[in-house]
Amino acid sequence: MKVGMLHSLIRKEEKYLIEEFSKHNDVELVMIDDRKLNFVLGRNEFDYDVLMERSINHSRALHALRIFESLGVKCVNSSEVATVCGDKLLTSIALQEAGIPQPEVRVAFTEESALAAIEEMGYPVVLKPAVGSWGRLITKVNDRDAAEAILEHKTVLGSYHHSIFYIQKYVEKDGRDIRSFVIGDECIAAIYRESEHWITNTARGAKAYNCPLTDEIRDLSLRAAKAVGGGIVAIDLFETADGISVNEVNYTMEFKNSITTTGVNIPEKMVNYVLSQARGNNE
Amino acid sequence: MALCSVCDADISLPKGTVQGELIECPECGSELEVVSTNPFVLDVAPQEEEDWGQ
Repeated sequence: MKVGMLHSLIRKEEKYLIEEFSKHNDVELVMIDDRKLNFVLGRNEFDYDVLMERSINHSRALHALRIFESLGVKCVNSSEVATVCGDKLLTSIALQEAGIPQPEVRVAFTEESALAAIEEMGYPVVLKPAVGSWGRLITKVNDRDAAEAILEHKTVLGSYHHSIFYIQKYVEKDGRDIRSFVIGDECIAAIYRESEHWITNTARGAKAYNCPLTDEIRDLSLRAAKAVGGGIVAIDLFETADGISVNEVNYTMEFKNSITTTGVNIPEKMVNYVLSQARGNNE
Repeated sequence: MALCSVCDADISLPKGTVQGELIECPECGSELEVVSTNPFVLDVAPQEEEDWGQ
């Protein structure tokens, strides 16, 4: 079986996955560096049984996946999942359509309408770029003065997609959130991400520790994964007084801090799922 | 062995090191990318971009 791994930089996650693939004698793993790709539309031919997407860049992953799929290559995750998960607004729409609880979200396209939306929601709110991660450029807005300044800065200094104002009601989460991991039809593990800062990304220094899977976490995670198209995804969850809600869904999940933390061999499960997709079954 | 492209330190790379891998120089702490494995060549890792990571 021939497996392609689409990547850019090789992080610890990709090293773990390479190691897991090497345990399968019938697998030929081909590394595909997205920085070296040069597609000729309509002429490329690839004989991968499956392609696993592990690019660090969302834009490259999204477009490369779509091209590989157009050439008949089965991709994990699919370009559809990358499209939805790579854009917080599209994720929120998918969650909304599936009836999955999430913090209140409003969307506006001008400074004036965004300010009106924020005032209606009440402070604090969180302004997020629709595309982006690791907590970059997300802003907690505590009052009108800050809202006016940030909206103006985003409009004047930002590229065009920063003028799509994605506004989320701030959720008081007591210094932690949950990240759960879904592979196919199974929620395999979850971690708490704890930080004194309101941003709880581990890439920003949050500490990870095991979160026991409850029926509520498992059920909500599986529903959220299904809503965005399934596959291998990581779900960010908020604990609230009204229950758990879904914040975001990630399609090229990072897990290096979660293997020993949860005691679950996450890369092994990911590789087994990818190979099962190549075989056309759901092992 | 390879040279750190920032501080010229000799860095021993373990078996199984692959092209594109991120490593940290034990001497100066710079984040480096293995741009070639035969021979081993290191360069400063690319800066974080706007659409990186999840």
